[in-house]
Amino acid sequence: MAAATVAIHRAPAERGARVRAAVAQGALFLAVLGGLWALWEGFKWVGEATELRLGSFAVNDRTLPHVHDIVNTLFEPSRRNGPMLIEVLGDAALFTAKEAAAGFLLGAVFGFTIAVVLAHSTLLQRGFLPYIVASQTIPILAVAPMVVVWVNPKLPEGLRDWGAVSLIAAFLTFFPVAINTLRGLKSADPRALELMRSYAGSTWSVLWKVRVPASLPYLFAALKVSATASVVGAIIGELPASIQDGLGGAILNFNQYYASAPTRLWATNLVAAALGITFFLVVVATERAVVRRAPEHVA
Amino acid sequence: MSGHPVVALAGVTKQFGKDGVTALQEVDLEIRPGEFISLIGPSGCGKSTLLRVVGDLIQPTSGTVEVNGKTAARARADRDYGIVFQDAVLFEWRTVAKNIGLPLELAGWSRERRRERVQEMLELVELTGFESHHPWQLSGGMQQRVSIARALSFDPALLLMDEPFGALDEMTRERLNLELLRIWQASGSTVIFVTHSISEAVFLSTRVVVMSPRPGRITGIVEIDLPQPRTGRTREEPRFAELIRDVRRTLRAGGGFEADEDVDEEQLIVAEEGL
Repeated sequence: MAAATVAIHRAPAERGARVRAAVAQGALFLAVLGGLWALWEGFKWVGEATELRLGSFAVNDRTLPHVHDIVNTLFEPSRRNGPMLIEVLGDAALFTAKEAAAGFLLGAVFGFTIAVVLAHSTLLQRGFLPYIVASQTIPILAVAPMVVVWVNPKLPEGLRDWGAVSLIAAFLTFFPVAINTLRGLKSADPRALELMRSYAGSTWSVLWKVRVPASLPYLFAALKVSATASVVGAIIGELPASIQDGLGGAILNFNQYYASAPTRLWATNLVAAALGITFFLVVVATERAVVRRAPEHVA
Repeated sequence: MSGHPVVALAGVTKQFGKDGVTALQEVDLEIRPGEFISLIGPSGCGKSTLLRVVGDLIQPTSGTVEVNGKTAARARADRDYGIVFQDAVLFEWRTVAKNIGLPLELAGWSRERRRERVQEMLELVELTGFESHHPWQLSGGMQQRVSIARALSFDPALLLMDEPFGALDEMTRERLNLELLRIWQASGSTVIFVTHSISEAVFLSTRVVVMSPRPGRITGIVEIDLPQPRTGRTREEPRFAELIRDVRRTLRAGGGFEADEDVDEEQLIVAEEGL
């Protein structure tokens, strides 16, 4: 009864505090964005005024376009009488998002499964962990074309090209998930494990009721890294696969015309960054919804 | 039921590692139904180890352990005991109700039966209204009450408690002592209670088992003949002071005041269980 009363009295105050916190966070975000804009334009202004040269790099409208020019380009036709650039890039981003999301899910499931298996056997862990680590030292740019050449012919029509790129994104995703989840599964309180033993709990229930919940903060830390890595992996995977429909294809394309239209490449980078941030935010939102922790344990 | 001991230990010896520390040596002890037994002794006397041997969380090197007339392993598989540690060890991702219901989930109780039992347990530990709170929203004393409710939820014959109030302040501790006695009498279970505190042991118990270190063994048992039910006044009675003196003497006779600080029992247990 007492508890219920307390909860009722506290609710409006908490909501007010939450709104204030959200407003403050938004304001901070805009302030930092403004700061970055000022830094960019400030550097450009000083560089042009002093005719700064860093090696062969000179500051001018070609190497460092105005921020507003980059943003404006998004709303100009991508070619004569064509759709606006932002529409073209939007379609490309959706295509890359599909590859990255499939790769992210595949990599996360694979990484999680590996972690669960390794957590239950010290022998397997000793045997396989070095190779899992070694797998990440392989330069992705060198492997990507091989993966595409090997895998693509074997894929059904609906998965061709983008399916191969997903595998490359998955390759970048699974590693942080596997390593962090393994650590998280082992972070369970020894007393909690004793408790489960005293209840005659099976290995399976220990896994799902203690180890996995204990590993969630670790898992989500890894998923945040992997969310952006999967987008990078998808873009890089598109380059050697010569897939034209995604952001990787757009980057290659606008790179060729950089001398005449530098703002388009910058605009593409902007869209790619936005996609990465979107992936990250989806993970953050999922974490908020799923993970229940004491406030002091929430990063 | 009455003649049959809840716990029967015979010649129980536990050595950690090959030629390592002897945590327990030749321990014999019989505990009758409904008793409240305290194990008292300095750090490293093996009292936590003894509790875990009874609970089949650690295997003895030699000797026999019977719980409810079965082997300790069988008794654990049958969920014959509940255990409470110094820390409440609540799962922070579960609500109070779901923490209490955890052993019932593992025992395969239906959702409806679980809900009913959890309500009863909340009433028993006087936490009705807190079922949907998360552990971090409760004080240390309340958390420990949740932990006790969880240990008793499946109505085990035996309750094992490893310094359950050691981390609480004196006031909370004395209040929870009274509450524990009320719960013990209401549930009719047998309790084995590990503590560092002489007055807590005397206040709670029907018998106090005094242990000494190097190697861990029982050096004496003090019968506590204070009348039941015990109240806040019990501590002020002359007999209470006499019994405290008896326990102190038994402890001193066994070398119990020379604490063995070199041995970290907790570490040995964790290493042994491979956790």
